[in-house]
Amino acid sequence: MSIARVNRLSPYMFMAPAMVIMAIALLYPLGYMIWGSFRDWNPSQSIGEAEFVGLKNYITLWNDPNFHESLVVTLRFAFFVVSIEMVLGVGLALLLDRDIRGMSVLRTMFILPMMIAPVVVGLMWRYMYHPTIGTFNRFLESIGLPKVDWLGDYALTSIIIADIWQWTPFIFILSLAALQSLPRSALEASRIDGATPWQQIWHIKLPLMMPVLIVTGLLRLIDAFKVLEVILVMTNGGPGLSTEILALRISRTATEFRELGVAAAMSNYLLILLLLLTVGMFAFTRLQEARAARVRAAAEDDS
Amino acid sequence: MQNQRANPAFFAVIALLVFMSVGPVLLMFANSFKLDVDIISGASGLLFLPTIQNYETALCDVLWYEPEHLDFCALKFGGAFINSIIIALVSTILTLVIGSMAAYALVRFRFMGRDTVSITTLMVRMVPPAVLLVPVFGLWNNEFCLDRDGLIGGAIRDTFGGRGDVCLAGTHSGIILIYVAMNLPFVIWILQSFIVQVPRSLEEAARVDGAGPFQVFFKVVLPLIKPGLAAAAIFTFRIAWNEYLLASALSDRNTKTVPILIVNNMSEFNVEWGVIMATGMLLAIPPIIFTLLASRQIITGMTAGAVKG
Repeated sequence: MSIARVNRLSPYMFMAPAMVIMAIALLYPLGYMIWGSFRDWNPSQSIGEAEFVGLKNYITLWNDPNFHESLVVTLRFAFFVVSIEMVLGVGLALLLDRDIRGMSVLRTMFILPMMIAPVVVGLMWRYMYHPTIGTFNRFLESIGLPKVDWLGDYALTSIIIADIWQWTPFIFILSLAALQSLPRSALEASRIDGATPWQQIWHIKLPLMMPVLIVTGLLRLIDAFKVLEVILVMTNGGPGLSTEILALRISRTATEFRELGVAAAMSNYLLILLLLLTVGMFAFTRLQEARAARVRAAAEDDS
Repeated sequence: MQNQRANPAFFAVIALLVFMSVGPVLLMFANSFKLDVDIISGASGLLFLPTIQNYETALCDVLWYEPEHLDFCALKFGGAFINSIIIALVSTILTLVIGSMAAYALVRFRFMGRDTVSITTLMVRMVPPAVLLVPVFGLWNNEFCLDRDGLIGGAIRDTFGGRGDVCLAGTHSGIILIYVAMNLPFVIWILQSFIVQVPRSLEEAARVDGAGPFQVFFKVVLPLIKPGLAAAAIFTFRIAWNEYLLASALSDRNTKTVPILIVNNMSEFNVEWGVIMATGMLLAIPPIIFTLLASRQIITGMTAGAVKG
């Protein structure tokens, strides 16, 4: 009797600590933020003292050209970073999918960039991009080319390059794992049927890897909206607003301009954007799966 | 698989890739042993006299001797290093214990609200730290406090003086709490895929022998998922060790972590490249060591998180 009760309660006992902590430190703060976004709130006030202003913060942001600029920068950054990294990472995985000795050493080298602190990554790249003492300009100078103002004129490109350096290995390793778990029989069969390596890649490897690739891309996309420290250290959003992604703008609105309400409203916009992207991706995947299932069913009817 | 034979172009590609991914780190390593004069003149490249002066400057507050080239210890890196270690270690251990328990419950039990819990866990994974900044700053400073009129808060004020109310902001526990919460969804997600693989028969055997649910979990299940725990530990440690934004909002003078120190010293107009690179190197060393020792676990964890989610 008492054992049965223990058994019925035990899942809750296992869940309880995690649920309590996530409720206190994630869900409650998120609710608090939504509540705070309707208020004119500065850091020295507690939220109760802040004046309720309704949707004012949201409307101000909606009409704020700086916010639009920052939104566009964020979307461009995320788009370029994810698509270039996917192409490079998957390409490298297809290229290096062979039984070579020392592959594990190679993979260790490749994951190094993403284990290092973003702050340090920003630091390294800021040094390398430095207009006079930086590695790149020294190199350009030594082969007789004009210097490039990396973090000035090409700031967005430069931070995209740094992010690609740091995160392409992530996609490379995941797609390599996916490649190596593909059924050997399908590849063998296609080889016997005389498929060229390119045909193998297009018609067998890529379609079979697709589920993993979609998850990987989605994870990278979500992470691309989290990038902040690298950019903070490299450019601090400048010059102008050219690299001020939303995460950075939120933190500056909160700490420099001391407008917590506006920052909270901005955070909400960002959350809604992420939610739409995630739901969109999942819906797309489901649609694809449903279509594939229909095609398969049709094929089976024919035979 | 036909061209197994050594193809020079293929190895050239690999060499280039290794150079590109490790090069910047090595460059920073080399620069951290250079004097600023050498970095700026740049004539040397690899020919320079290595010096540990930068490291001495960075660690001046924990060194047992006084470096000759310094008359004042401005950079309190040693203290920040200790803060970082405390925060990263405690939050990693807490996250692992709490997260593995929750993952076990989600995998092994059917209970009311299970689906809600697992969807919520997935959803909060996508919340960027920047979004948490505003509410966490407000809550930790204003709401999660021991009241100045209450018993404990009053006692603390009487003994230590100060503002009277004791808030989570500015304490190690405040930063640890948010790191644990931030990492939990990820750890739960990863560990689920490891716990699924534990054979149920083992657990049932232990139960027949009279072990309670907690004994089964800690003595049977946990030892079997050690690789998963290692992977989760490395990822959690990495985030707690590297995080800047929330720590900078929540810490005060005495609880600063290393990333905050680096950013504070970068934003000034005149960057002391040698010292800042030495600091960066010290911050990068623990993750580098983990990578070299446990790259297999890291890769398993990464693929488990993405592929089997």
